[in-house]
Amino acid sequence: MLRLEKRPNPSQFWQYGTPVVAVLLTMVVGGILFAMLGKDPFAVIKTIFWDPLFGEFAFYLRGQLLVKAGPLILIAIGLALGFRAGIWNIGAEGQYIMGAVIGASVGLAAYPTESRLIFPAMVIAGAFGGWLWAMIPAILKTRFNTNEILVSLMLVYVAETILAKAATGFLRNPDGAGFPGSRNFSSYKAASNPELIAGSGLHWGGVAALVTAVLVYILLQRHILGFQIKLAGQAPRAARFHGVNPTRLVVFCMGVSGALAGMAGLFEVTGPAGQISIDFNSGYGFTAIIVAFLGRLNPIGIVFAGLLMALTYVGGEMAATNLGLPSAAIQVFQGMLLFFLLGVDVLGNYRIRLVKGA
Amino acid sequence: MMDFGSINPAVLIASLMVAAVPIMLAALGELVVEKAGVLNLGVEGMMIVGAIAGFITAVSTGSPVLGFVGGAAAGAALSLIFAFLTQFLLTNQVATGLALTLFGLGLSSLTGQGYNGIKPPHTGAVPFGPLADIPFFGRVLFSHDWVVYFSIFMVALIWWVLKSTRLGLIIRAVGENHDAAHSLGYKVNRIRLGCITFGGAMAGMGGAYISLVRVPQWVDGITSGAGWIALAIVVFASWRPWRVLIGAYLFGGITVLQLNLQAAGSAIPVEYLSMAPYLITILVLVIMSSGRGKASLSAPASLGQNFHASS
Repeated sequence: MLRLEKRPNPSQFWQYGTPVVAVLLTMVVGGILFAMLGKDPFAVIKTIFWDPLFGEFAFYLRGQLLVKAGPLILIAIGLALGFRAGIWNIGAEGQYIMGAVIGASVGLAAYPTESRLIFPAMVIAGAFGGWLWAMIPAILKTRFNTNEILVSLMLVYVAETILAKAATGFLRNPDGAGFPGSRNFSSYKAASNPELIAGSGLHWGGVAALVTAVLVYILLQRHILGFQIKLAGQAPRAARFHGVNPTRLVVFCMGVSGALAGMAGLFEVTGPAGQISIDFNSGYGFTAIIVAFLGRLNPIGIVFAGLLMALTYVGGEMAATNLGLPSAAIQVFQGMLLFFLLGVDVLGNYRIRLVKGA
Repeated sequence: MMDFGSINPAVLIASLMVAAVPIMLAALGELVVEKAGVLNLGVEGMMIVGAIAGFITAVSTGSPVLGFVGGAAAGAALSLIFAFLTQFLLTNQVATGLALTLFGLGLSSLTGQGYNGIKPPHTGAVPFGPLADIPFFGRVLFSHDWVVYFSIFMVALIWWVLKSTRLGLIIRAVGENHDAAHSLGYKVNRIRLGCITFGGAMAGMGGAYISLVRVPQWVDGITSGAGWIALAIVVFASWRPWRVLIGAYLFGGITVLQLNLQAAGSAIPVEYLSMAPYLITILVLVIMSSGRGKASLSAPASLGQNFHASS
């Protein structure tokens, strides 16, 4: 019989080994799933993981990678901060939407003024929108001890309703012949978020994601607040003796993750999405949870995890058009990845021992 | 102009009882899971997989009863993934529950392809004969399908099992202090496995009720947060079965009332009305978590903590 034996210290090797093993296991089981759907598993896996990087259309698809990875990384870094401290912000999708709506409102209010200040103001407004939306669960938690998981999640549904109202009502394009959706930001230069280097897919959101990764890495390694976040997650009792203020920590972690998600939303509507529409949000706020764990809640790891997850999006779309793979299959694939990741993690904390006659 | 006169109270109560069934079943299941000390945040995922599995079973067999069985089986099967990961590989319960929801949403949308726009077989009312013709009470009490009565029966059953049976005592012991339960010789992980599977079956059945009776058809994302509301109801109920019934009827009432207001052409825009169930859930959570009636005081002491015999 197999028995688990707790390691005195988590294994250094498996710290980095688990994501790789999890990805490989997901490919194998995902391949079986694709075969059950009547597709050639090898062709599908190649289309998802190889073609966007080295295939015929790689020159275009490589750019798409950064487009998808940008918001995922930005949101996941914020979430990871909280997850490390045991603060579970599950409603990043709502904060992403509210950041986009509030940021876009500022830009649309300024229309058609052309000024260099408009886009930065929109980014700040977007971050503020996400921050504000995250403050609701944060303050309810610190003030009334309300569960932040449930509140932040409920607020996703509220945000989706506000988005629907924005797209069909208060932000609708007045020159749009009554169609839902706001003005298109790509035709309003002061408020648009174009590709910075042609063909790279890099827009301001990608830049923000990389800068944030470095800043948060420094925060976690070098700053007392980063130490407190890690301490609160690993040893809550020790954290209390150390004088960590839990209220401050909740407000900080929720606030940062909300602001980052809000910024991601703003970069998305002004760039790749182009406008506020009823369904511009594509579930990045939820996928970012997987990205955060895949990146081991480490900002640098999250950058790689975000790129890998972007690969499954871009490759998944390719597989959908070329091989007729249902797009929901990619969602299943991503969910599976999180299962394997969490499951394989046991190897880092426990040794597997064979026990006779147990 | 709003017209409250068009809302018949007997019809309102009868329809809120129907609206409450999915969240009541799911919340009851989750209550047992949490009583055993496990927090499964995958309710939404198990519900939606139950919704599509129940729908497919009912459509292909023509029997709504088999549909509910299929939904429950699918919910239980999905919960086994969670049980295996948290009980035997000792993964974090919050993260694993979230994974279950994300996975379930994808899986349901994948398996549900090609089932849009089909009508499932009808689940009829239980024939009570002349009882159904009693004014007011006939409509409120004797006009429902069997699942409505089943859900109320389950409240009583779970209340009785948890309160007065040996099994209930063991479940509570495991949830309050798993180390003590272990030293008494109970297999903590196996008991929890059983409770998680039960919770999965109840959530799956609740999901099947949405696709077979409430809506009744298959659309992607059909549960739209019902699983999360069920989780909130467990907190609202302070882990007591009869309060789950009250909570579910309260939310059923809000849902039905807001739909009625929409239909009656209320002055409040439709969008704001449809936010109401979520906002009221938040409000209720705030009230229940603060002040003297602190919900956290009645939470099972080992809730969310994994158990490993050697540690």
